[in-house]
Amino acid sequence: MYVYDAFDRRLLAERVAEFRDQVARRLSGELTEEEFKPLRLMNGVYLQLHAYMLRIAIPYGTLSTLQLRKLAEIARKYDRGYGHFTTRQNIQFHWIKLAELPDAMAELASVGMHGMQTSGNNVRNITTDQWAGVAPDEIEDPRIWAELIRQHVTLHPEFSFMPRKFKIALGASSRDRAALRIHDMALRLHRNAAGETGFEVMVGGGLGRTPYLAQTIKPFLPKRDVLSYVEAVLRTYNQFGRRDNIWKARIKILVHDLGAEAFAKEVEAEWQGIKDGALALDPAMVAEIASRFRYPDYEKLDDSPPQLAKARRDDRGFDTWMANCVANHKVPGYAVVTLSLKPQGGTPGDCTAVQMDKLADFADRYSFGEIRVGHEQNLALPHVAQRDLPALWRELDAIGLAQTNVNLITDIISCPGLDYCSLANARSIPIAQEITQRFRDLDIQRDLGRLHINISGCINACGHHHVGHIGILGVEKNGEEFYQITLGGKADENATLGTLIGPAVPYAQVADVVEDIAAAYLELRQPPQELFIDTVKRLGVEPFRERVYAAR
Amino acid sequence: MTSPLDQKKIKIAGPVVITANRVDDGAVVYRSPDGRWTTELGAAAVAIDADSARALAEAAAEDDLNAIGPYIAPVSVLPGGHVRPGNLRELIRLGGPTIELPTPLDS
Amino acid sequence: MPLVENGQIVQDRYLHVEDDGPIPDRVPAIVSAQRFLANADALVRRDGSLAVWWPNDRRIAELAPWLGHLALVALQFPKFRDGRAYSQARLLRETYGFGGTLRATGDVLRDQFHFLIRAGFDSFEVKKPADARVFAEAAARYSVVYQPSADGRVPALRRRVQRAGTDPG
Repeated sequence: MYVYDAFDRRLLAERVAEFRDQVARRLSGELTEEEFKPLRLMNGVYLQLHAYMLRIAIPYGTLSTLQLRKLAEIARKYDRGYGHFTTRQNIQFHWIKLAELPDAMAELASVGMHGMQTSGNNVRNITTDQWAGVAPDEIEDPRIWAELIRQHVTLHPEFSFMPRKFKIALGASSRDRAALRIHDMALRLHRNAAGETGFEVMVGGGLGRTPYLAQTIKPFLPKRDVLSYVEAVLRTYNQFGRRDNIWKARIKILVHDLGAEAFAKEVEAEWQGIKDGALALDPAMVAEIASRFRYPDYEKLDDSPPQLAKARRDDRGFDTWMANCVANHKVPGYAVVTLSLKPQGGTPGDCTAVQMDKLADFADRYSFGEIRVGHEQNLALPHVAQRDLPALWRELDAIGLAQTNVNLITDIISCPGLDYCSLANARSIPIAQEITQRFRDLDIQRDLGRLHINISGCINACGHHHVGHIGILGVEKNGEEFYQITLGGKADENATLGTLIGPAVPYAQVADVVEDIAAAYLELRQPPQELFIDTVKRLGVEPFRERVYAAR
Repeated sequence: MTSPLDQKKIKIAGPVVITANRVDDGAVVYRSPDGRWTTELGAAAVAIDADSARALAEAAAEDDLNAIGPYIAPVSVLPGGHVRPGNLRELIRLGGPTIELPTPLDS
Repeated sequence: MPLVENGQIVQDRYLHVEDDGPIPDRVPAIVSAQRFLANADALVRRDGSLAVWWPNDRRIAELAPWLGHLALVALQFPKFRDGRAYSQARLLRETYGFGGTLRATGDVLRDQFHFLIRAGFDSFEVKKPADARVFAEAAARYSVVYQPSADGRVPALRRRVQRAGTDPG
C-alpha cells in the first residue's frame, strides 16, 4: 500500500480545484465542448451513450479498505449504486453528472484517489501484476517502480498532449499476470547474468485495429535509469508518432514503421543525452518511495494448518473454492484469494456498493485492510491467513463473491459494449451473460479447464479479444450485430494474437458457436489434460473452423 | 463524435431527428420543433428531406452550451405518428442498456 | 491575440516578416524557418534582433547551430492537443541551452499555461483575451510538481529527500 504524503495530497487538491474551474467554465459557456473535451478526458471523464462516465485509477491494482468504502459511497451518492472494474485496474461509474463531478473528485482525493490520466492522450494508469508484493515467484515488488513512474508522468509538462494514449505495465515474475506485451511500453524486472536486477524494456504493443505485441528494445536497463529511459521513449514518440490519422497514432505504428531497431536507436540517442541528468535516480529517492509502501505485519505461521485440510474434507463447496480461488503466498501460512466478479448471468466486472462495503469489512478482518484489482476484472484479497480461509469463504459466499469459476470459461473479460459505450458497434455484456448461462454447470466448466473468453464490442479492443483463448469481436453489418471469432490468443508470458476462424456470425448464434468450439475441444484434446489453448496451438484453428461452419 | 456539419453531403433514407447529449448530465436529448431540446423522442422535430435535416442540424450545432455532438439519427414513424428509434444504437440510447442493471440495494 | 510576457499583457516588439517581404534593419524581426534556413548566415549578421518561427514537425536540432544568434524562437500549437512543441521547447532549453525568449503561438489557451511554463516558454500568444487576463492565476495553479523540467522547479521526489518530514510549501 502506498501512503500519500502532503505533496501528493496538495497536488491532488490543486488538480481538483483546476477541474472545478474548468467545469464551471464549460457550464457557463466560456469553454466550448471542443475545448473542454480534452480537459475532461485528462480527468477521466467520458461521455457515453446515456451519461457521463468517470474512470478512476487504481494504480497497480492496490486498494485500501478506506478507498473501497469511498468508492461505495461515490457509487451511492453520485451514481446508481454500483461500479464497473475495467481491464486496466480502473473502476468506472457510468451515470455521473457533470456538475457533480468536482465534488465527487474532491471526495476521492480525500482518500488519495483520482481520475487523472485515465483517459486522454497522456500516460495512463500504470498497471502491474495484481499479486505484486505477494507472489512467490516475484523477484521484487514492482509497485515501487510503478509508483515512481506514476509520479513522474503525472501532469507531465511535455507528455500531456501526445499523439495518442500511452499505457505502461510492469511485471517482476517469470509468469506474466499483467498482460505486458499488449502495452505501449512494458517493463519486466529480472536478474541479469551478474545477478543485478533491472528492466527488460518492451515497446509497441497494443490491440485495436492493428494489433501488435511489444518488442524488446533494451534487454537490461539498470534501475537507476528507468525514469530517464521512459522519458526518452515518450519524447521520441511525442515528436515522431503520427498525428494525421487517429488509427495510426499509437506508438506501435511508429515502432512498426521505423522497425524496432531504428526506434531503439532514436531512443538510445535521446537517452544518452539525459541519463546522467536530473532523472537519474539516487537510492535515497527510491528508498523514500519504498518507505511509504506499507506491508502487513504478518504472523509467523505454518503452511497448510490441519484445520484447513479438515475443512476441505468436510465441505465439498469449500474444497472446490480452495482449488479454484486460492493461490500461494510468498509468506508461509498465508494465501491470496481471488474473488470472481463474473456471476452467472451478470455483468463481468460489476460490483455493487453493498458488495464493496462488505468486502472492505472482510479485507479489514482477513487481509490487513487491502484489496487488489486485476486486469481480468476480478478482485483479490492478498494476505489471508490460511487458517481463516473457511470463515472467509462462508462470508464471501453469503454476498455472491465465492464463485468458483476463476480462469474457467465463464470468467469472461468483457468491455461495456453498446449497452453503455458510444464507440461500440455491438453489445458485449449480453453475449457474456448468455455464455455464462449455457455453461452454468460447474462440472462442465471444470472439465473444460482453463479457458479465457474475451469480448470487445468494437475494434478498439477494450475487452482484449485478440488475446482471448476464444476472442469475440462485435461488428456492425447493415445495422445488425455480428461477431468475429478468434482462437488461440493469450496475454501471458507467451503472448499470442488469436486467429480469425471465419465469417462473423449473428448475435443469436454466438453462444452456439462457443458451445461448438468447446465440444470440438473435448473431442480433440489429448489425454490426460491438454488445455484448450494447447489443443488450438497443436492443431491450429482448422478443425474448429470446420466444426463451427459445417452446420452454418 | 461526428458533427452534422462535418457530414458534407447529407443523404437521408427516411425520416430523421437530431439527437445529442445534454451538457449538464449527458442525458440523451432530441431537437424539438421550437429549437429546444427534449428527452422525449415523441416531441422531436422529424425531418423527411435532406434540406430540412441540414437546417435542423445546423441550428442544433450552434447550441454548444446545451447539447454535445448533435447528429442526424434515423427514426421510423408508425401509423398514427408514433416515432421509434431507427436502429439498435438509437434504441439503446433512448431506452437505456438492454441488460438488467445491478439493483443498488441488493447484496 | 494578446501577448503575455513576464505575466503581463504586452505589445509585440517583433515585426512579422512575410517570406517575400523586406526585412528592415534595426527592427526586431521574426521570419519563417524556411526563409531563415535559406539565408541563415546573412540573417544572423544583420543589425537587429532576429526571431524564427519554427514548425512543430521539423527537428529542432536543425536550428541548433544558430541558437546563439537568435533572440526568440516561436513554436507552434496548431491545435492545443498537438503537443510536439513541448518536446521542442524542452530540447531547446535543456539540451541546447537556448537562453533567448521562447514563444508559444497558435491554439494557446489558459489550461496549457502550467505545462507551457514548465516546458520553458516565457512568451505566450494567447488566443482568448479572457485567458490572457488570468495568466498569473493559472500559472500559479500548482505548488507541487512531480518531475524536473525546463523551469528548474524542484520536484516532490527531491524535496522529500531534501526536507524529509516537512510540509510542502
